[in-house]
Amino acid sequence: MSFYGLVDGSDASLRTYLNALSGVDQIGADARASMLATRSIKTASKRWAIDMAISMVDLTTLEGADTPGKVQALCTKAVRPDPTDSTVPSVGAVCVYNDMVGVARKHLDLIGGSHVGVAAVSTAFPSGRASMPVKIQDTADALNAGASEIDMVIDRGAFLSGDYITVFNEIVQIRELCGDRAHLKVIFETGELVTYDNVRKASFLAMAAGADFIKTSTGKVAPAATAPVVLVMLEAVRDFYSMTQTRIGVKPAGGIRNTKDAIKQLVLVNETAGPAWLTPSLFRIGASALLNDLLMQRMKMDNGYYASPAYVTID
Amino acid sequence: MSNRIDVKKTYKLYINGAFPRSESGRTYEIKDAKGVFIANPCLASRKDLKDAVVAARAAQPGWNKASAYNKGQILYRIAEMLEGRRTQFVQEIVSVTGITKVKAEKEVTESVDRIVWYAGWSDKLSSLSGALNPVAGPYYNFTVPESMGVIAAIAPESPSLLGLIDAIAPVIVGGNTVIVLASTKAPLSAMSFAEVVATSDVPAGVINILTGKKDEIAPWMASHMDIDGLDISGLGAKSHGAVRSAGAENLKRIYSFNSADPSRILAFLEHKTVWHPIGL
Repeated sequence: MSFYGLVDGSDASLRTYLNALSGVDQIGADARASMLATRSIKTASKRWAIDMAISMVDLTTLEGADTPGKVQALCTKAVRPDPTDSTVPSVGAVCVYNDMVGVARKHLDLIGGSHVGVAAVSTAFPSGRASMPVKIQDTADALNAGASEIDMVIDRGAFLSGDYITVFNEIVQIRELCGDRAHLKVIFETGELVTYDNVRKASFLAMAAGADFIKTSTGKVAPAATAPVVLVMLEAVRDFYSMTQTRIGVKPAGGIRNTKDAIKQLVLVNETAGPAWLTPSLFRIGASALLNDLLMQRMKMDNGYYASPAYVTID
Repeated sequence: MSNRIDVKKTYKLYINGAFPRSESGRTYEIKDAKGVFIANPCLASRKDLKDAVVAARAAQPGWNKASAYNKGQILYRIAEMLEGRRTQFVQEIVSVTGITKVKAEKEVTESVDRIVWYAGWSDKLSSLSGALNPVAGPYYNFTVPESMGVIAAIAPESPSLLGLIDAIAPVIVGGNTVIVLASTKAPLSAMSFAEVVATSDVPAGVINILTGKKDEIAPWMASHMDIDGLDISGLGAKSHGAVRSAGAENLKRIYSFNSADPSRILAFLEHKTVWHPIGL
């Protein structure tokens, strides 16, 4: 693997690469994120943004209590979010634990949802605390069951103790396993990385190691996808693009519950990485409750009156 | 009171147990009977209404599940709190409406008594409006009143406090949650009443109070799919037709009342019938 010519795979070269990164101005990032959150989005743009956000949703269920029936219901909703309105686009993917990948893929294909991907959370999600053979087997299971996207967690313990090469090698190994069968999303769990500097460092580490997407959080830890963290990651993919001419995707997950939050994320994307990232292949939103709110806002814009949760499905 | 700087009160909205400003940032001016400026209450927008509906909907199952005894106690608690702040309410009513102190005192007294009266209905509703129906078979057949859900109400312009109580208390005593739009000209006692509610063990979201323009908010209340019933007693008669036809689109129950009696409570209850086998 060439790692874009940025590192040669050795600990020393990785350290040189990461140490050369500029630091993040924390106050500045907070201020810019909150300033962008005040942008007013007018009606026509809002309508476009709602449909774009729907097509970017990774519809997620990651519960111990998930059943095949629940996953199938989720898949049905993913393909046709509003059964009464065929103009609503399908979501980007469904995101499930790896034992549910087979159920999801089969059901999606059955109901004409071949265009909807199945993302599997992997490498001992959500903690990432397992040996490498276990993580590899975990990922292989998901790939064999038909996952088209792998959402792997990094070993935060290793990262925080400065053992970057371990994190790097894990990503490289999972990347090789995915090959061209699946996209690789790397989850940082930014709530556990503490500083924005660490988020920027983890972003560059994951991108050099071959990630297709960088993802904020597992959804199991708060705070999750806060606006400044997403801003820092978007700046990282923008800077990485100028270094390598390769566009890496970003996926905020956790805590994005309503249309207003989702549109704020789109504003961040447009103003930071640029309009090229406003596509489901480069920006996804990991969410479950968000989709119903987007649908209700869409109904409001079409009908001229406020919608009721009684008219969207119960998750 | 000579050289002290006036501490003016900021009148805000009451949504989900908190006192936010209008999301629109708008306010309007109210003046006393002599035309002297009194305050800048919030001019609520349709988005404030939307937020209030979300809060009321979330609070409804919990409030509905509270025992009749508990709901009655909480209403009684509101009356206690109001009684304790009677001077403030008298003063606000006098300053805004210009009526005499004696008349204002009478309104506050009636308001307290009215809440106590509605509180008393709480544990009597099911026995007085429900029934054990005779049926030809080995079954019991009960009819019981159940709450409707989220109710919006438009309080009359005057009396501003007593009218507000009549818009709120009968709705919540049956297990509904309420969003009430207060008197436009005299909203001070409504927002002070929100402070009473906030300190009376009323769960957040059960009572939400907005101040603003009735003809702006009423159509949004009528068309909102997640509001189950609407009390338009305080809306000008010429707007009733439009509101009723907008509400008909979503089968909303719309009523207008001109007195305080149990029909105000029953209007927002649904009578449901259950069968129960005998001997089990």
